Amino acid sequence: MTAPAFRRGGRLQATQGRLKPAPTTILAALVIVLIGSATTLTQTKPDRAHPPSLGPTPRLTVPPIEKRTLANGLPVWIVEQHEVPLAQVNLVIHAGSGDDPANAFGLASFTAAMLDEGAGTRSALQIADEVEFLGASLGTTSSFDASAVRLNVPVRQLRPALALMADVALRPTFPAAEIERLRQERLTALLQAKDDAAAVAPLVFSRVVFGPTHRYGTAATGTAATLKAMTADEMRAFHTARYKPSNATLIVAGDVTAAAVLPQLEAAFGAWPMSAAGARTPVPSARQLTAGQVTIVDMPSAEQSQIRIGWVGVPRSTADYFPLLVLNTILGGSFTSRLNQNLREEHGYSYGASTRFDMRLSAGAFQAGAGVQTDKTADALREFFKELKGITEPVGAEELAKAKNYVALSFPGEFETITDLTSHLEEMAIYKLPDTYFSQYIANVQAVTAAAVQKAAATYIQPDKFAVVVVGDRKTIEAGVRALNLAPVRTQSVDEVLP
Amino acid sequence: MRTIALAIVLLPAILAAQSGTAPRPLEVAYRQFQLANGLNVILHRDTSVPIVAVNVWYHVGSANERPGRTGFAHLFEHLMFEGSKNVKEGEFDTLLEGAGGDNNGSTTNDRTNYVIDVPSNALELALYLESDRMGYLLDTMSPERVNGQRDVVKNERRQSYENRPYGMASIELDKMLWPANHPYSWPTIGYMEDLTAASHDDVVQFFKKYYAPNNASLVIAGDIDYEKTKTLVEKWFGEVPKGEPVEPIAPPAAMLTGVKRQTMTDRVRLSKLFVAWLTPRVFAPGDAALDVVSSVLAGGKNSRLYKRLIYDTQMAQDVEATQQSGPLGSSFVIETTVRPGHTVAEVQKAIDEELAKLRQEPPSAREVQRALNQIEASFYRRMERVGSFGGKADQLNSYYWAGGGPDYFAEDLARYTSLSAGDVQAAAEEWLPPDRRVELTVNPEEKK
Repeated sequence: MTAPAFRRGGRLQATQGRLKPAPTTILAALVIVLIGSATTLTQTKPDRAHPPSLGPTPRLTVPPIEKRTLANGLPVWIVEQHEVPLAQVNLVIHAGSGDDPANAFGLASFTAAMLDEGAGTRSALQIADEVEFLGASLGTTSSFDASAVRLNVPVRQLRPALALMADVALRPTFPAAEIERLRQERLTALLQAKDDAAAVAPLVFSRVVFGPTHRYGTAATGTAATLKAMTADEMRAFHTARYKPSNATLIVAGDVTAAAVLPQLEAAFGAWPMSAAGARTPVPSARQLTAGQVTIVDMPSAEQSQIRIGWVGVPRSTADYFPLLVLNTILGGSFTSRLNQNLREEHGYSYGASTRFDMRLSAGAFQAGAGVQTDKTADALREFFKELKGITEPVGAEELAKAKNYVALSFPGEFETITDLTSHLEEMAIYKLPDTYFSQYIANVQAVTAAAVQKAAATYIQPDKFAVVVVGDRKTIEAGVRALNLAPVRTQSVDEVLP
Repeated sequence: MRTIALAIVLLPAILAAQSGTAPRPLEVAYRQFQLANGLNVILHRDTSVPIVAVNVWYHVGSANERPGRTGFAHLFEHLMFEGSKNVKEGEFDTLLEGAGGDNNGSTTNDRTNYVIDVPSNALELALYLESDRMGYLLDTMSPERVNGQRDVVKNERRQSYENRPYGMASIELDKMLWPANHPYSWPTIGYMEDLTAASHDDVVQFFKKYYAPNNASLVIAGDIDYEKTKTLVEKWFGEVPKGEPVEPIAPPAAMLTGVKRQTMTDRVRLSKLFVAWLTPRVFAPGDAALDVVSSVLAGGKNSRLYKRLIYDTQMAQDVEATQQSGPLGSSFVIETTVRPGHTVAEVQKAIDEELAKLRQEPPSAREVQRALNQIEASFYRRMERVGSFGGKADQLNSYYWAGGGPDYFAEDLARYTSLSAGDVQAAAEEWLPPDRRVELTVNPEEKK
């Protein structure tokens, strides 16, 4: 039947993932009889005039990371978490789409996708069969900054699963037939993306902000042209050059001990020959935008317009990380953020509006975005700019405290599952964060001052220079958008912007 | 090639036998009690991180709606966050965020759930907020609040259905599967004109009828002390007045007697095909076997439809098969996107051939075991998180409503592990017949 309808959209819908929806029946009346006598009410009426005060903030004990090294130099980080008999093993390769050659955008992504399509002596089908038979999930993936092979497995099946994982990561065979199959799959996915305003908008926004030659201006998977040209030899060469123990971090969390798991890791990954990885050339800093511009992409008859607004932001290494985290929370990073309150709660133009800084090894984008109802597109843009301009004014003490508490006090919840835990450890490895990063995190958030937020806003939020992308029904929205006089407006078709 | 495959087949089983201990039994310890006003309460202690999940299920969903007011249960859910007698508009969210908490809600055909996840020191704040809206939502409700969330929900519908490729297909499919007066025939998100029609008076009536403690269940899971938490629950929820008992829904019989075919268009480049059946309700005989059927058909590269459509012939871009289980009945849906250069008819023929094979002959032991091992592992993955949607608190409430008791994890898993290959074949034969089903095709609009 129909999918659940949610109060909030986006990431939260994903939480139900592949899990079967929770079963329900109408037997409740029967059950209540079985529970036994009801408790008697002994309390006096509660005082509802004021919210109850909070007790002392609980301390998060960050689980210790045991850092070891295999004989071939591969760094291993282990965190014990014995709650559930599962293990998570992530091999992070410090090479991603940012390392794609200039003429082969999409190579890192395609290479990662090919890892489990044939490895060692096994075919793609055999790998899939064995992984599933173990009750495991084995994913191969790539981002702009890194590639990864991630295993989640019942801990009693860890040993055979590690053998499969090592084959996939270290000994992929790149069979020609599987490359052709994935190539067609990826080309078809690009074609399908053109149907979806929510997929078109971020692609066009990246292209407008970073341009066609900068790596961040093109999707990680590349374009139809680069996908068609990509060869097995290029993938093999990328794998040989980048997938090395000296260019990787192995992260393990779950129902294991370091003493017991290390010999298993040595057995699986020890044969990976040691050799120096080539120096990594960072993605060059993008040229910052200097004048506003508006791009309307026509999606005839669309019921909503997908809006993205922003420019070049900051790298993950920015010294302003914590002020920006708080700034973003206030502006568009939480339900009570100014943009969401304005566009959703105050005006009802949208199901939700948000902002984000894509912090990568080099500066990614800052962007504000929402899907807004077609006939309110210009009104919504006006409100976006009102909030983007408003954030450069001093932030009040109460709003600042709320945002800092939201970010700092919810931090312990990010360590609940071994998947969450290892994704934090990956971040630590990829961006070379200090060992004290987790233990200092809450204090670093709480140290952010109103002055620091204001300074960050003045530096990184300059709306008159922002690029605006609107993907929607041109005939309905164009006149209103032009009448706002934000900046010069150009219009394009989907096929023009995504050839 | 066959010899190699056979050798591979045996390997993991041998290793599994060697590598040690049996899985720990799935157990979620809990305490349960009921307040005098009928509120069911379930507590579960898990101290792995210092957070607490407060999870409330109201036994009302879109199936309780009346024609002309579809989408109302979900619109109402939105209003639950807009303030109550002692909580000013906006405060529900600002107080929780200021304490480091998150919150959300969702509505299905059959229930509405509310989740609050907070650091353990903010448990009482969460109980204050949750009890205030359970007891005193109407005190500050107004037509303006209804109008505000009406606009938001209409935009949710535009974003998640109308403006999403193929987004209207599921709504059409439910209309075809269920008889017109069956409560699963209309969408939880609602029809646009019904959202327009919803009034403040509807909110008042709906709250009085369905949002009483005796129609709700509260789970508190996480870093808690059982006795202190029980005292807090009594303090905040004890005074909420009891409501009238809610009549169970009596849906009309739902049965397909032939093949229903329909074609619709969308702003898309590729065609999509849905083939769907009406199947046994959740926990009824056949329900678990159909989950395994879905895995044999479309779970992973070696599954029959995936291998045939995506891997071998590459006629399709994707394929899914799902037993969508509900208390008033279920549906089994196969969904596939046809690649350029191929036709819906070609793909449908391949699907029918694979279904015919499964009806005639049991799947291999390997196919069944592969599916069961995946299902078993998924039960353990569901044990890690206490909060949010699908966490332990939500699952305890789900099993409680289902009637088997909150800690029904092991019993639920046993429904699967007790299945044989013959059971899987029998389910396909009985419930996925070729001559009683729905076929919906979504084609690209004609170019203008």
